Amino acid sequence: MTPGSSSPGSLPPDAAPELKLRPTSHVGRSLSSDARRGLTVAAAVLCLGAAVGVRAAGDRWAPAPNVDVPGLLYVRSPAVARRAALGYAGTAADLYWIRTLQHFGQERLSPPGHVRTYALLYPLLDLTTTLDPYFSIAYRFGAIFLGEPFPDGPGRPDLAIALLKKGLAAQPAKWQYMQDLGFVYYWHLRDYKAAADAFQRASEMPGAPSWLRPLAAVTLAEGGHRTASRAMWEQLAQAEEEWLRGSATQRLAQLDAMDIMDAWRRARAAGARPAVPLDPSGTPFDVDPATGDLVVARTSRLFPMPGQLQVPR
Amino acid sequence: MKAAGIVAVAVFRESVRDKVFYNLVLFAVLLVGASILIGQLTAGQDVKIIKDLGLTATSVFGLFIAIFVGISLVSKEVDRRSVYPLLAKPIRRSELIAGKYAGLLLTLLVNTIVMTVALYGVLFFLARGVPENVQRAWDTPALDPALLKAIALIYVDVAVVTAVALFFSSYSSPMLSAVFTLGVYLVGQFNADLKRFDQIVDAPAAIYLARAAYYVLPDFARFDVKLAVVHGIPVTPGYMAASALYALAYIAALLLGAMAIFSRRDFK
Repeated sequence: MTPGSSSPGSLPPDAAPELKLRPTSHVGRSLSSDARRGLTVAAAVLCLGAAVGVRAAGDRWAPAPNVDVPGLLYVRSPAVARRAALGYAGTAADLYWIRTLQHFGQERLSPPGHVRTYALLYPLLDLTTTLDPYFSIAYRFGAIFLGEPFPDGPGRPDLAIALLKKGLAAQPAKWQYMQDLGFVYYWHLRDYKAAADAFQRASEMPGAPSWLRPLAAVTLAEGGHRTASRAMWEQLAQAEEEWLRGSATQRLAQLDAMDIMDAWRRARAAGARPAVPLDPSGTPFDVDPATGDLVVARTSRLFPMPGQLQVPR
Repeated sequence: MKAAGIVAVAVFRESVRDKVFYNLVLFAVLLVGASILIGQLTAGQDVKIIKDLGLTATSVFGLFIAIFVGISLVSKEVDRRSVYPLLAKPIRRSELIAGKYAGLLLTLLVNTIVMTVALYGVLFFLARGVPENVQRAWDTPALDPALLKAIALIYVDVAVVTAVALFFSSYSSPMLSAVFTLGVYLVGQFNADLKRFDQIVDAPAAIYLARAAYYVLPDFARFDVKLAVVHGIPVTPGYMAASALYALAYIAALLLGAMAIFSRRDFK
């Protein structure tokens, strides 16, 4: 290349000086590009930090309006959900199950100003069990949730029975569903004949434990008696499922509370003036001003006792 | 066949170069993260849910690879014009198609094996320390070997999807191939409905058309035994063999179709 000539792509010698490329060493160019990249990354981090800061400030000084809206369920039809899940019905059922637990927990632990409706509980359980008809915990836990008296649950033993019957339609030999059906009849509906019938049918199913048959007999003979109830829950307190053991322990504590309340009533009837005792959870009983009898306090872990509250429909 | 083998190895190496296996990192993070979180959320159903999640992720990741790598197997060679020197070599066009398919299948196999090992690993850690009486209440043991049946059919499922993607990619653009493959996959999920078309439509022509579509379109729902396996419902060896045979016949038909189309394709 002759002096004064320019290579292709370079500027002619008479070009404006500000447009000319400055000769830089390789190291200089590399440093400059590294610095530029570093600046870009720093700017990105700074912007992200600003977004986080604005969000935190917004939460503190300009929170979103607190609108107590009921939860939404976009897909209500189990048949549509099953189709939309394609080949992934199991995972979709898991997601709806997690939502069921969240809904039940949120309603149950909601602040006093919130009206507990448990409106989505049955639709969510229906979706879960349609997507996965063998999801046994959803039937069994779901029946407990549905049967739980208000305000700790929706107080809908009828829906608990419907759910368990749906489970039995999917798995007719599952004695656990029939046994749970018996408990719903016994504990929530006080229908001892239906309960005994369910225990009897459960005891005839393959794999059923041997204690179910005598339980059916005791239930029928002593329907409504605490002895039968205690026998039932003591058996369940030895179940393999941890949640069932927990539920049975709670029911046994409630039965103990009933015994204390009866003893107190008898002592008062005999003319004594006994002190207000503690219930088995360690909370003092309340005295009902209308009857003068003991009732389990609302602050107690045992509240509500069976039949203690009117069930909303 | 040697030429097809060389192409297959090249496709596998290209997958490695294209970082296809990065999805395994995502899979591992998903499973480990879920196993930590799910125990807090699911009231003692962690093993069942991890099984569901692991099988779903194996299937979804496999499908994504099958569709999005499968559709570019042929079109990439044509777009990059590397098909000219390739076909100038002593290799038949049908061997090129067979090699491409086998290469992606090999990639998917390695992917599925690693995911299976990761899933069993997470299940092992979840079940560790759980008392035996609690484990007895589970529908199936945590390390249930029957899970392998579901995983095998997931692999068969993605093998059929790969063949569908390759078939469309032998004559169409990647974008259209992706749309067609996804369409066939979705229709294949509802295949059984086509058989019952006569219950909602009176027109005989429509009924015959639906019946024909029922037999001709792939039945992807057949390869889904995830729910059954997770709940310990038996999947018979006969069902597995019949499903594999069905897939084999369908894959052969698609590959032969792709070979026929590709052999007549003009690259001028």
